[in-house]
Amino acid sequence: MNVKSFVKKYTMTIALVIVFIFFTFLTGGRLVYAQNISNLLLQQSYVLVMACGMLLCILTGGNVDLSIGSTLCLSGALSAKLLSNGASVPVAILASLGVAAVIGVIQGYLIGYIHIPPFICTLAGMFLYRGFARVILDSKTISISNDGFLKLFTSYITIPGIDTSGHCLSALFVGIIIAFMFTFIAMINKMKRAKAGLAHSSNPVLLFRCVIIDVLIIAYTYKLSQYKGIPVMILWILLVVCVFAFITAMTVFGRYFYAVGGNEKATKLSGIDPRNVYFWAYFIMSLLAGFSGLLVAARIGSVDGNMGNSYEMDAIASCFIGGASAYGGSGTIPGVMIGALLLGVINQGMSIYGLSDQWQYVVKGLVLLIAVVFDVVSNKKTGKS
Amino acid sequence: MCAALFILWGGVNLADYILKMENITKTYPGVKALDNVNLQVERGTIHALVGENGAGKSTLMKVLSGIIPYGDYTGSIIYNDKECHFKNIHDSERLGIVIIHQELALVPELTIAENMFLGNERADKLGVIDWTKTHKQATDNLKKVGLKESSNTLIKDIGTGKQQLVEIAKALSKNVKLLILDEPTSSLNEADSKMLLDMLISFKKEGMTSIIITHKLNEVSYCADNITVLRDGTTIETIDNSSHTVDEERIIKGMVGRELTDRYPKRERKTNGDIVFEVKNWNVFHPIYDDKKVVNNVSFKVRRGEVVGFSGLQGAGRTELMMSLFGNSYGSNIFGEEYIKGEKVKLKSARDAINHGLAYVTEDRKNNGLILSDTISWNTVMAKIRKVADKYGIVVDTNKQDEAAEYYVKRMKTRTPSIYQNTGNLSGGNQQKVLLGKWMFTEPEVFILDEPTRGIDVGAKYEIYTIINEMVEDGKAVIMVSSELPELLGMCDRIYVMNEGNMVTEFDAKDATQEKIMSAILASDNKIDVKEEVK
Repeated sequence: MNVKSFVKKYTMTIALVIVFIFFTFLTGGRLVYAQNISNLLLQQSYVLVMACGMLLCILTGGNVDLSIGSTLCLSGALSAKLLSNGASVPVAILASLGVAAVIGVIQGYLIGYIHIPPFICTLAGMFLYRGFARVILDSKTISISNDGFLKLFTSYITIPGIDTSGHCLSALFVGIIIAFMFTFIAMINKMKRAKAGLAHSSNPVLLFRCVIIDVLIIAYTYKLSQYKGIPVMILWILLVVCVFAFITAMTVFGRYFYAVGGNEKATKLSGIDPRNVYFWAYFIMSLLAGFSGLLVAARIGSVDGNMGNSYEMDAIASCFIGGASAYGGSGTIPGVMIGALLLGVINQGMSIYGLSDQWQYVVKGLVLLIAVVFDVVSNKKTGKS
Repeated sequence: MCAALFILWGGVNLADYILKMENITKTYPGVKALDNVNLQVERGTIHALVGENGAGKSTLMKVLSGIIPYGDYTGSIIYNDKECHFKNIHDSERLGIVIIHQELALVPELTIAENMFLGNERADKLGVIDWTKTHKQATDNLKKVGLKESSNTLIKDIGTGKQQLVEIAKALSKNVKLLILDEPTSSLNEADSKMLLDMLISFKKEGMTSIIITHKLNEVSYCADNITVLRDGTTIETIDNSSHTVDEERIIKGMVGRELTDRYPKRERKTNGDIVFEVKNWNVFHPIYDDKKVVNNVSFKVRRGEVVGFSGLQGAGRTELMMSLFGNSYGSNIFGEEYIKGEKVKLKSARDAINHGLAYVTEDRKNNGLILSDTISWNTVMAKIRKVADKYGIVVDTNKQDEAAEYYVKRMKTRTPSIYQNTGNLSGGNQQKVLLGKWMFTEPEVFILDEPTRGIDVGAKYEIYTIINEMVEDGKAVIMVSSELPELLGMCDRIYVMNEGNMVTEFDAKDATQEKIMSAILASDNKIDVKEEVK
């Protein structure tokens, strides 16, 4: 692989590294403090989770779901209200996810089977669900005091004996185990491909990639171990991200999203029903928005009528920065995660540096624009417009 | 802008050349697309440019029309005895060189008149459009190409054949002197094609010069005065055809560099296999205008080991018939009986049809067949992806997928750097091979091939015919829908003829000739007219 194609393939990863180093210097190293590193993902939890669903919608043909910020608010509001009225944690969670699922069924049906344009359908939803959320909240802020609920999402994993605050060795161990497993799986897969006589990456390239990723994983868990250990919320995020990375890359079901976005008519004639694919994309999206509502409500500890405002835009931006095609048919979960992290680093870097909110918007906008322009221009050069 | 550089030509050559392209060379990274190509076009003639896909025909025309700007190629273009340096398409159009591409450049939602003057509006200095003038001139131009449609008709409401004529009318509105047509008849039936060619001939008599790029050699010998053959980016020869008697085999020899002694590979004919697919009294209505019947009471049967052809004009209902048989993929209010291996089936979806052993290879590979933005590997398996998944049909084994793709690339002799190439980057013939591979992967009993060789070159056609023969020798049945009569006569055991949604007649290929088939169609036309009058 020559330098040029390497740069092209890993543009956003390189951008992430550069931006990260830039803000580390700008903030005098404060960005890499254990607490900030730990918070980086937690702050972005809702983006990471919802971007997974948004990728599915975008894959089907560049369509987006605008209603998820409102769905998130409705889900959080319902849980907060039920908990404050003394409902148990499972009841509150199931009710919230249930409402999100109903929203998903309605939107999925309207978009998939009635062929309402997604933009309009979800725009209507955006108003509708926020309205419902405010009705539930009665335009007030409801705080969450249920310890069980908060613990489920915001606590840290500590194993008595080896973990003390500031020295959570368990986190480091987990990191080392994950790194080892990653390397092992990569090696096995490479051997399988070589055996079948298929194209595979050469040993040095594979080794290089494994070393980089292993170092990152261990460095990250080391930072976590210096703070409070592994946050439970990261496990939730990892669970969602891994499930969707697996679905999109490895399963028959996941391939259907790429097929519909690539050529809907050909997909239909290949025996795949595009209506089902649309349905599932918007159903899953709403469900993930509902789940994000729980995460955000627990993290903030209260819910008000403006919660989740414009969160849908962050999810959309992550997908496009992460290389999803604006016309559908291409994009990957790892790419989208890089996009979300890039936004996260910029956000956090600027807040630590002390830049005000308005400038964060300017920078976000520029990053999104540059990413998409770059994508379109480089695709034009390779002739696949 | 044409540089004011005048070159005087010695009187060696008495012929009056409107265009001379000399020593044109164009290189893309790693490929020499054109290598010292020469093309001389006499004024007031029709000049055919033939060659296999990738021979450089389109590239040469891109150079001529300024799409590849001056400086990106070497060599000279001498038009009307002046050397020209075209920087873009406007430069060439200003001098009356107009190119009509294979994929029509019309906007479906706009009217004929709006399309005709798109980018060239009849407007005043402020850009306010003079609609009276627009429609007046549009109507005049439509008359010249023999179209009776109102200039207010939307493009989407007229057929492909008429759209092609609108493109020509559009060229006329630009005061065309040299008209270039890239595969103008690839999506037209024989009658429409002939009409278009006759129009070119009548324009020629009025002094217009045309260059026509086409794969259809019978058209070449019918209308062209001179034929230039390109192969691998070089000029092979220019054949004089002023008597319109050139032998097609003669042209093919130049194109492929060898004589294809038989354009259709031999196959042992078997007509005694058991009936594997049968259709009785099949009826289909139009999906939107549901009182319009597009297939009327059609019955036919196909035996194992047989190639059965379907002939007919554009709009005969062949594609509609096949797609509706393929799990109701077209039409509304479909009724009739469908039997596979003697068993009556009711196919509700394409998935159903695939599971019952049907494969429908579309006539429109780019829009309905392949995902152009995705790899050969994924395209190969997508119609039956569960075959490369685990036993629960959930997780895809990418290794198995790639192995399958490698197998079909090898089997079909698809020319590609790797199976990870996007199908959009392949040539038409290779795309068609990937599409065939995709459907062979589903292991069907009955292949429905809709225009399997549309828009691909002679060499690739031969390879596809060979594959078809392999299919039937394997005991499969093949239904071949084609608008090219010689191909049907060369490949099929039996030929069904359809017209206006009706089954007209059935021929044994041994007894059939082009004339018999055409006259059967025309005779049925009269019958249908009579029927309607009686109503």
